[in-house]
Amino acid sequence: MKPKGETVLKRVTEDFMGDSGAQPGLSAEPGLASRAPVVDIQGLSLTYEAADGPVYALSNVDLQIEEGEFVSFIGPSGCGKTTLLRVIADLEQPNGGHIHVNGVSPSEARVRRDYGFIFQAPALYPWRTIQKNVELPLEIFGIPKAERNERSRRQLELVNLKGFEKKFPWQLSGGMQQRASIARALSFDPKLLLMDEPFGALDEIVRDHLNEQLLKLWDKTRKTVLFVTHSIPEAVFLSSKIVVMSPRPGRIIDVIDASHLGRERKLEIRETPEFLKIAHRVREGLRAGHSYDD
Amino acid sequence: MNASSRAIVLTPLVFLGCLYALNLVHSPAVTGQAGLGFWCFIAFLWLASIVALSGLSHLSPKSATLRRLVGLSVPVLFGAFLFFLWEVIVVGAGVPSVLMPAPSAIGSRFAASLPVLRDDFVQTFVKSVLSGYVIGCLSGFVVAIIADRVPFLRRGLLPLGNFVAALPVIGIAPIMVMWFGFDWPSKAAVVVVMTFFPMLVNTVTGLSAAGRLERDLMHSYAAGYWTTLVKLRLPAALPFIFNALKINSTLALIGAIVAEFFGTPIVGMGFRISIEVARMSLDMVWAEIALAAIAGSIFYGFVALVERGATFWHPSYRT
Repeated sequence: MKPKGETVLKRVTEDFMGDSGAQPGLSAEPGLASRAPVVDIQGLSLTYEAADGPVYALSNVDLQIEEGEFVSFIGPSGCGKTTLLRVIADLEQPNGGHIHVNGVSPSEARVRRDYGFIFQAPALYPWRTIQKNVELPLEIFGIPKAERNERSRRQLELVNLKGFEKKFPWQLSGGMQQRASIARALSFDPKLLLMDEPFGALDEIVRDHLNEQLLKLWDKTRKTVLFVTHSIPEAVFLSSKIVVMSPRPGRIIDVIDASHLGRERKLEIRETPEFLKIAHRVREGLRAGHSYDD
Repeated sequence: MNASSRAIVLTPLVFLGCLYALNLVHSPAVTGQAGLGFWCFIAFLWLASIVALSGLSHLSPKSATLRRLVGLSVPVLFGAFLFFLWEVIVVGAGVPSVLMPAPSAIGSRFAASLPVLRDDFVQTFVKSVLSGYVIGCLSGFVVAIIADRVPFLRRGLLPLGNFVAALPVIGIAPIMVMWFGFDWPSKAAVVVVMTFFPMLVNTVTGLSAAGRLERDLMHSYAAGYWTTLVKLRLPAALPFIFNALKINSTLALIGAIVAEFFGTPIVGMGFRISIEVARMSLDMVWAEIALAAIAGSIFYGFVALVERGATFWHPSYRT
């Protein structure tokens, strides 16, 4: 193909230069902690032993994510975007490299309950009401009943599920269930939200609606969000930063800044030239990643 | 006239006809020597009842309680008609009671021997079945939890449990009588052996029924083994556990009755069946069978009812 790969590579270097301002490991003082990256990954790699040889799920990944960012991970299946999210969540163990979440190892961050994880499926427990599902993490953390009720009420209001507290998950639509699972992740007020294709199973109209709501939520709560998706419009619409990944081996091939689209975005923004320009660059990146094995 | 109004008219008529036939068959002129006319009348009643019941089953009244009543009446009337047929055929054709006693004979025998039946029920059901059932199910459950916690036990215990489950009840019953004596503890022990394994296997399977995402969720909350067990894995295992409880409710009764054939004090349902067969008083055997059927059905129904309440969320019960 044409020298697109080179251009991409150049952009990557630029982006990494731009991002590497904050150094990890300087968070000894609480004041400095807020300026250190929320997620700091250097040279991360993860290999599975499959029957027909090793699978390089992640290869030499470097990434820094600042507090308050909305970062999307996009790429074809098998590019390691879900694996990367699961490594950050301490649900997978890497073979090499360094990773720090909020200045500590992923397992310490998990035990500290630093993040809320939202899965591809709502994963609500069918024997619990919506309210009880939202209160599940609070129960596990030993928070008293009165405060549990107060927090679940507030979170369900935030995701527009007021009045559905006493319903069971299977009585709600897929979109409502996924909103309930977002409320559950928000209930213990984690600094970090990890979302693994949360709207992948929903239809486009519901997905658009939830994307808008998610943006408002992000703006309101000021949380750092890591969002895995395979939809280019979704990634561009939501993100302040887009990480484009490529498979075999799973690696980052482009990091695109989209913060100039602003924090408050309407669905109409998807027709603007700025939006289309970023979407184009994402598509180019995905194509460059694919061109290696064609 | 459509099917539903036909059913409403026919049902009381068939009912009256059945009452008349019952009255007739017990009159000295007919008992044991019913003629062709009588059998034709019975055949006619049979046809009429088929038409009436099929019409009744298509009935769908507006009010919910009436609909429930109709839904319940079809199986009840059908069962009652089968008993009616049994009665008139056995009495009308004069079948010897050793071969097949009439329901009325069984019923009057049942009513006449209530104290004996009560003692047998207490001995076999309350003492042997219930205690053996509780101990067997509880120990199966506890061992399943231990096997889940300690992987090498799972590999060792499951084949052993399989081996014990494969032992025939006729083989273990005499051994248990040797170990625990003639009274009910030996029967309870047989029930324990029979109910232990279904509970163990079902619970072990049920504990792995929780989905991957649900487990990951618990892991992300840094929940420990016991928290995950109580909040996720046990609720997810409930359908499997209730499955075992239902299987065991029938197994336990069979085990206790059969075990009483191998040495017992002079009380108990199995004991009564074995000696009354020897004395050719089959109506008493049938009365015991009726008692076992009633007790077993109520027991099973109770477990099924609790299951419905506890696993209301399961796809098979959702409303």
